[in-house]
Amino acid sequence: MSTATETYDADVDAPEEAEKPELVGLMAEFEDVDGIVAAARTVRRAGFTRWDVHSPFPIHGIDFAMGVRPTILPWLVLGGGLFGLGGGILLQWWTNAFDYPFFISGKPLWSLPANIPVAFETTVLCASLTAVFGMLGLNQLPRLSNPLFKSERFRKATDDKFFLVIDATDKNFDEAKTTQLLKDAGAAAIERVED
Amino acid sequence: MSITHHEPLVLPYHNGDLDNTSDDPRQRMPLILGGKSFNDITEAVSSIAERPTTQGWKIAFAISLSLLGLLGFTLYKLIFTGVGVWGNNQPASWAFDIINFVFWVGIGHAGTLISAILFLFRQNWRTSINRFAEAMTIFAVICAAMFPGVHVGRPWLAYWLFPLPNQMQMWPQFRSPLLWDVFAVGTYATVSLLFWYVGMIPDLATLRDRSKTKVGQMAYGIFSLGWTGSCRHWHRYERAYLLLSALATPLVLSVHSVVSFDFATAQLPGWHTTIFPPYFVAGAVFGGFAMVLALAIPARQFFGLRDVITLRHIENMCKVMLATGLIVGYGYSCEFFTAWYSGQHYERFVFLNRALGPYQWAFGIMMFCNVLSPQILWSKKMRKNLWVVMFVALSVTVGMWFERFVIIVTSLTRDFLPSSWWVYKPTYIDICMLAGSFGLFFTLFLLFCRYLPVVAMAEVKSIMPQAHIHPERHDELSGDEGRSDYRPDERHRPKGNGDGHARH
Repeated sequence: MSTATETYDADVDAPEEAEKPELVGLMAEFEDVDGIVAAARTVRRAGFTRWDVHSPFPIHGIDFAMGVRPTILPWLVLGGGLFGLGGGILLQWWTNAFDYPFFISGKPLWSLPANIPVAFETTVLCASLTAVFGMLGLNQLPRLSNPLFKSERFRKATDDKFFLVIDATDKNFDEAKTTQLLKDAGAAAIERVED
Repeated sequence: MSITHHEPLVLPYHNGDLDNTSDDPRQRMPLILGGKSFNDITEAVSSIAERPTTQGWKIAFAISLSLLGLLGFTLYKLIFTGVGVWGNNQPASWAFDIINFVFWVGIGHAGTLISAILFLFRQNWRTSINRFAEAMTIFAVICAAMFPGVHVGRPWLAYWLFPLPNQMQMWPQFRSPLLWDVFAVGTYATVSLLFWYVGMIPDLATLRDRSKTKVGQMAYGIFSLGWTGSCRHWHRYERAYLLLSALATPLVLSVHSVVSFDFATAQLPGWHTTIFPPYFVAGAVFGGFAMVLALAIPARQFFGLRDVITLRHIENMCKVMLATGLIVGYGYSCEFFTAWYSGQHYERFVFLNRALGPYQWAFGIMMFCNVLSPQILWSKKMRKNLWVVMFVALSVTVGMWFERFVIIVTSLTRDFLPSSWWVYKPTYIDICMLAGSFGLFFTLFLLFCRYLPVVAMAEVKSIMPQAHIHPERHDELSGDEGRSDYRPDERHRPKGNGDGHARH
């Protein structure tokens, strides 16, 4: 069975070809946190770039072991917050001071202190929405169909087992050699991920 | 963190619970008791959502649903007749509607406090209780939001609250605290919902992966958004969660401050005071923690979560309640002092009238429930007695409702001109609506307990001793070697850029 990624697009268009499962990657199971972190270091050292670790909870320190790049999410959230702040101020100025000047109890038409609470709330609202939807967008979620879900074993990834998955499209990927690498890294079980 | 495995501690038992409340650092126990494994946590929490419906749940749900029906009936009467079915009058134009609104919004505060502020302070014990405290927040805010909605009299025009273009070519008045309220409560409801849902995604994935039924797999599958526990996802997820906490922290302080502006910016004696924002926020946290305790104590018994929500959790919450209760007590005395010290006739009268006037019984209930009853929590023995804690929690819940009653009704019914004084009496619709709002709250809460993960499993697992790596077993790896940003979907895209050097 070949990786056959170059004919991928053709596969999609030809349903009769789809019966032949395509190798997506190799999945190795680990029993504990130290095991998976050590394996992550090994795989990173071996020069792989298209791989991932799946764990039931965030493991502290694994970002460094895997070499995960810091996310740009905080900058997006800053942008969202500034948009909310500007939007909140503009909204109040436009509606009460410009479009329909609202003269109430002799208050000035435009006085910033009275407009701070709403501007604050819109800032928090837009920043929070950006944090959540930005996170989901960067993670490319929702993604309801995933070849990993075909594996019965992988169901434990949300319970108490740790998995390291190396993508077959990685330039260093070679089924036999990579299997051996994962075995040497202490994998309790290795499974082919097929689509 | 460093519990000594070779020297097991012998812990005393207290009424069937392991007593882990010792403040001696040598006797600090892990937050989760019973030497549990990751799988034990999954089992303990998931089984609550997976087991067949219990008789007790059905009975509780039937009662809640009946009360919800009562709410439906009162809403029907209100909308088809008008606000005259309430006991509100002039001058008491605000009464149960606003009391209930402030009461429910206040209860909501503990959820965000536990999830956001304790998270920022690295208070790991929060993980056992944050999920249902957050659920409580959302359901409380739903109950709260209903009251101003129907209190406007013509609820079909409630959209006038929002800056939407309308046939009158007019906009809302942004210099009014009532409009600030719309934005504050709306933002709070949205952010709380996001917080709760984002926290739940990994646990919904756990339920999805364990589900044996098609419906369960579909429902949990859709709401878990295809979560795989990818560490590259966890990285952004944790960052998003941290940012949400940082945003929710000032938000939670702002919400009840803004609610208090509704009163504090008015000219009415008894309302027009600068102490309101901090004292309202403290009161909200106080009442909210009381509600969390009142829900947590039965829940840990019925759902078998006594090793997850331990005596230490109960004790910590008691301490928060005692501290915020003291701030509330200080707020009450400060109001009286300010009234006296101001030398202002109306202000002095309002406060004397509060304590000695026609509503002195409500004032008495408030003082007993909010100021006296929490004092029992100074005793550690009492903090470990669940009956006492439950009594204090319920007493504070009642007391905080009466606090709002006292503030609103006594101030409105005795304002500047004696000729406009009047008394306020609730009608049966008022009382049924309050009872009905509890029906709405408990119906939602019971559904949550039945079908969703009541404890944040992924977070609890991450604070267990075996979740931490042992640095001595790992050698150093230089910072930039082999860094990558891998996204599985890239293989479905045109080739190239496979090594993923872009930051996402």
